[in-house]
Amino acid sequence: MSHTGVYPVPCDRAVAFELLRQMLRIRRFEEKCAELYGAGRIRGFLHLYIGEEAVAAGVIGALKPEDAVIATYREHGHALVRGIPADVLMAEMYGKRTGCCRGRGGSMHLFDAATRFYGGNAIVGGGLPLAVGLALADRMQGLARVTCCFFGEGAIAEGAFHESMNLAALWNLPVLFCCENNLYAMGTALGRSQSQVDLCAKAASYRIPARRVDGMDVIAVSEAAHSVAEHVRSGIGPYFLEMQTYRFRAHSMFDPELYRDKAEVEEWKKRGPLHTFTDRLKGQGLLSEEEFQALDAEVTREVQAAVDFAEAAEWEPLESLASEVGAVSS
Amino acid sequence: MSAGATISYREALRQALREAMQRDPRVFLMGEDVGRYGGTYAVSKGLLEEFGPDRVRDTPLSELAFVGAGIGAALGGMRPIVEIMTVNFSLLALDQIINNAATLRHMSGGQFSVPLVIRMATGAGRQLAAQHSHSLEGWYAHIPGLRILAPATIDDARGMLAPALADPDPVLIFEHVQLYNTEGALSDAWQATDIRRARVHRAGRDVSLVTYGGSLGKALLAAERLAGEGIEAEVIDLRVLRPLDAETVFESVRRTHRAVIIDEGWRSGSLSAEVSARIAESIFYSLDAPVLRVCSEEVPVPYPKHLEDAVLPQVPDIVAAVKEIVSGHD
Repeated sequence: MSHTGVYPVPCDRAVAFELLRQMLRIRRFEEKCAELYGAGRIRGFLHLYIGEEAVAAGVIGALKPEDAVIATYREHGHALVRGIPADVLMAEMYGKRTGCCRGRGGSMHLFDAATRFYGGNAIVGGGLPLAVGLALADRMQGLARVTCCFFGEGAIAEGAFHESMNLAALWNLPVLFCCENNLYAMGTALGRSQSQVDLCAKAASYRIPARRVDGMDVIAVSEAAHSVAEHVRSGIGPYFLEMQTYRFRAHSMFDPELYRDKAEVEEWKKRGPLHTFTDRLKGQGLLSEEEFQALDAEVTREVQAAVDFAEAAEWEPLESLASEVGAVSS
Repeated sequence: MSAGATISYREALRQALREAMQRDPRVFLMGEDVGRYGGTYAVSKGLLEEFGPDRVRDTPLSELAFVGAGIGAALGGMRPIVEIMTVNFSLLALDQIINNAATLRHMSGGQFSVPLVIRMATGAGRQLAAQHSHSLEGWYAHIPGLRILAPATIDDARGMLAPALADPDPVLIFEHVQLYNTEGALSDAWQATDIRRARVHRAGRDVSLVTYGGSLGKALLAAERLAGEGIEAEVIDLRVLRPLDAETVFESVRRTHRAVIIDEGWRSGSLSAEVSARIAESIFYSLDAPVLRVCSEEVPVPYPKHLEDAVLPQVPDIVAAVKEIVSGHD
């Protein structure tokens, strides 16, 4: 096979199993979300991460509890791996009061103070300056923490990317820039929007060290993230990771996918992070089919419990409409 | 600085900044040329030497990133004061101000707040032409989640910063360019500055002149001129453009039965439109005459003095508007 899985999983079984479990949680959670969207239980925009699970699982697994995470509008997976319970996430998808943001944000705006998860930003590139500021606050307070900022390759066309990369490098701030390069900014291929498609070269132009990683290989992502997170934590400065990955589903639920060939999608699906990793573990005798089925059943139960929780939850009362808005007009 | 001393508006702002940084190690100032240059309007002159480059932080010309970094630093436990050179350049940071600063508390269901202060110069009158003469504070006053302040007096220049920093939500402070060189006595009142209420600046029985910022001085001059002709104008400084203290305006207009609003913004969709609408909605039957407005002419601000003067609200315009509604009924 030409894809991942050609070399042995180098980490211990417990670590590998946890990476698998997290990817499976994202996959099953989102499959259920798609179903619930069809049933009208989840509305608004819904951007699925299916196909890209190795990135969130690998990177966030390398962070410490005191670190901060900033993500995009395609962030269900990041929120799950970061530790926001599936039930409050699902309730937020429904817009219920027991959701992590009391229903105010929905799919694109997941936040959690307990795990330092700062959203959930639906403006492409909108989270990058925030990451610079969080890292600046850490630096000024003498805290050796990492701010991990996820964004798609589409964000690289935004001024916010360039301004933020420059500031982080200029001030040696502890930001881990994680570019999820899934090749399409909605429907616009990278080559149709960038004169320079070597993203690491852009990082280099700001004197930020960069590494390109196979984003379909959770072990490769995890190893790279552990290594560069320590670089960032040590105070040397920011780091740029380009994770080459692929979105198996449409951009959102309203996307007829006119911009890419089905054959291309099928080719990438052969490299799917979940099944290739499962195959590797099985091939090395680290996982049996029974164990996988048991894990899948456990994850499926977790997702179903989350749905039950969201279904049973109350709506936020209308009286609280303006409760979290400052400087309310009289 | 003891009360009663005569100081400039600029010096009052500087004292407020110095005091804020002395009192709270979380407070820092960030913006273009705030440090070595001493501030574009020399407000922060001397502060770099006193507090060092970490806390008086020069930034690149990256409004989007450094305003966003201010938001991130506020999320991360600091109390940043971001100086944007002028409101004209704040347009480059609109995304961060409106999509992040104003929304994060709400979108996160109250888990996060953004205790950020943004200061910027505003207004025309210095022959700086169309791109350096905007008065867009009324625009910002449209946005829920922001508090908008317009210090028009020495006391407010000295006193508004501390309560703005104590506010858990973002506060934007608009300093009119024509005010920096003005001088006056600091009263005893500045230490108890309230950032919720408008202020009756001059009492009068015949008409209420409602204004703010750089137009307050013009309204007071107009009131003096009118007094010479037997018309007693009450002058109200709005001070807080969002949330509007409409009650103070209503209380005045209920007594005078007439109102003229003076606003350097353009008339269409302006703050003056909002004040006028509130009067019409709430105390229509107290009025003896239509509410009139003196605003800027609806053209980009031109360079030559005679044309710029013609665009901006002037004392004779205010006097004429008052006479139009007072003489008609007396």
